[in-house]
Amino acid sequence: MNMHDGNIAIVGAAETTTIGLRPNITEIGLHVEAAHNALADAGLSIRDVDGFASAGRTPVFELTDYLGIRPRWLDGTMVGGTSFLFHVRHAAAAIAQGLASVVLITHGESGRTRLGSAPYGFDMTSSAAQFEFQYGAQAPFSSFTVPALRFLKDRGMSVEHLAEVVVAQRKWAEGVPRAMKRTPTTVDEVLAGPPIAYPFTKDMCCLVTDAGGALVVTSAERAHDLPGADRAVYLLGSGESSESQLVSQMEDPGSSRAFRDSSRDAFASAGLGPSDIDHLMGYDAFAHVPLYMLEDLGFVGFGESGAFVVDGHTSPGGSLPMNTNGGGLSYTHSGMYGMFAIQESVRQLRGEAAQQVDGVEVGFVQGVGYYFGASGSLVLSNRQP
Amino acid sequence: MKPTPDTQHYWDAAANGELQIQWCNECATYYFYPRSNCPRCGSADVEWRRVSGAATLVSYVINGRPYPPLEPEPLIVALVQLAEGPRMMTNIVGVEPLPSSVELDMPLSVAFIERNGATIPVFTPKAVSA
Repeated sequence: MNMHDGNIAIVGAAETTTIGLRPNITEIGLHVEAAHNALADAGLSIRDVDGFASAGRTPVFELTDYLGIRPRWLDGTMVGGTSFLFHVRHAAAAIAQGLASVVLITHGESGRTRLGSAPYGFDMTSSAAQFEFQYGAQAPFSSFTVPALRFLKDRGMSVEHLAEVVVAQRKWAEGVPRAMKRTPTTVDEVLAGPPIAYPFTKDMCCLVTDAGGALVVTSAERAHDLPGADRAVYLLGSGESSESQLVSQMEDPGSSRAFRDSSRDAFASAGLGPSDIDHLMGYDAFAHVPLYMLEDLGFVGFGESGAFVVDGHTSPGGSLPMNTNGGGLSYTHSGMYGMFAIQESVRQLRGEAAQQVDGVEVGFVQGVGYYFGASGSLVLSNRQP
Repeated sequence: MKPTPDTQHYWDAAANGELQIQWCNECATYYFYPRSNCPRCGSADVEWRRVSGAATLVSYVINGRPYPPLEPEPLIVALVQLAEGPRMMTNIVGVEPLPSSVELDMPLSVAFIERNGATIPVFTPKAVSA
């Protein structure tokens, strides 16, 4: 069986019951809550699960034991916040090969409360510690952000374009009750916000929240027999790649090789191109990242990303609705946001999003992990080809 | 920061005030960061070479409040491209840590400072270092 072509489906998708501040639940508890919400959404139970994937600080075999799963297939691929896109892709391959029949993918992170979460620590012998941390490129806000001024200058763009991304996504978040930031904002307000790492101000940087999410993946054949068969979301194409965990070592600071490679494979395996996409989720850890994605995925040409956002194409009513939950900048960001990008894509394809876009049939989810280190891409649809 | 067998030479050279990076004899190119094998062709036939220390500023952010063990003083976190080709993360020193102090593509020269018990390469604007 081909793992693409709509032969594999997401049949359960849910987040933790609430997101944002969860002071009374541990990180592993967020995994569990999301897992059971997603299984209930699918009309399945933990006993139906025979494959499991997750990423984060808790090893997958500890999670399966905690959840009570007897797995015959495990995937602990950990490539930062895009890991869950890889898991969907790997699960599809495993199911197509008969290695598992029902795969549960979970995420839970106590990013804000840090309850049951290991302390942040650095391996001081790592390449990053030796060649980046000691210069102050220690945290995402002061490392992931470093190439942005280069990107802007090479395109004749400006810092205002970073603020425009925030403003566009906040327009979506205004109508999303679960979003942490829902107050309309302006370019001037974003630019006048507290400086985090010039040129980045606070609202150009992702939130830090407590949250979890989970997905249930199975064959389309099995999906047809489930109570929510009409809500199944099918995998049309996918891709994955990596470049460098060191931001300084990108081949081109103004473009992600990993974005280009994984999105190319996703489009090719789906037999589709950018013009076929109705809805885009582009993992926005920081405001420059969606601009890279718009260009690297081929939605716009070189240097056109800023004007595309300014002209409203990614905003409500635009031609390419993007980050319609408000994104990591306004909705939620536990630390590994890829799970939430997939969740919103699924909601849009099911017609169940808070800011539902009319006529969404094909969605694209683009993830990023470990700064510009890794990239996963999914093409999803509510119709089997 | 702790050197490893792959990186010890780099840090020893820095302690002597020299910026040395690796050169691959197979594909005749420099590469950075230090590794036993060339990332372009996989060859282990590589050697250390002292480079000029000339660079240009590719991009930067200003980290207003670095975390320990660094001092909580603003740092220009800079991506620079060496004249020999490779890029590296560093700091721009000898100027106020303000956007008005630097400009993309400006020429830079290597300098060495002590930080947390190690000698590390940093860069200064060429005019300042002359």
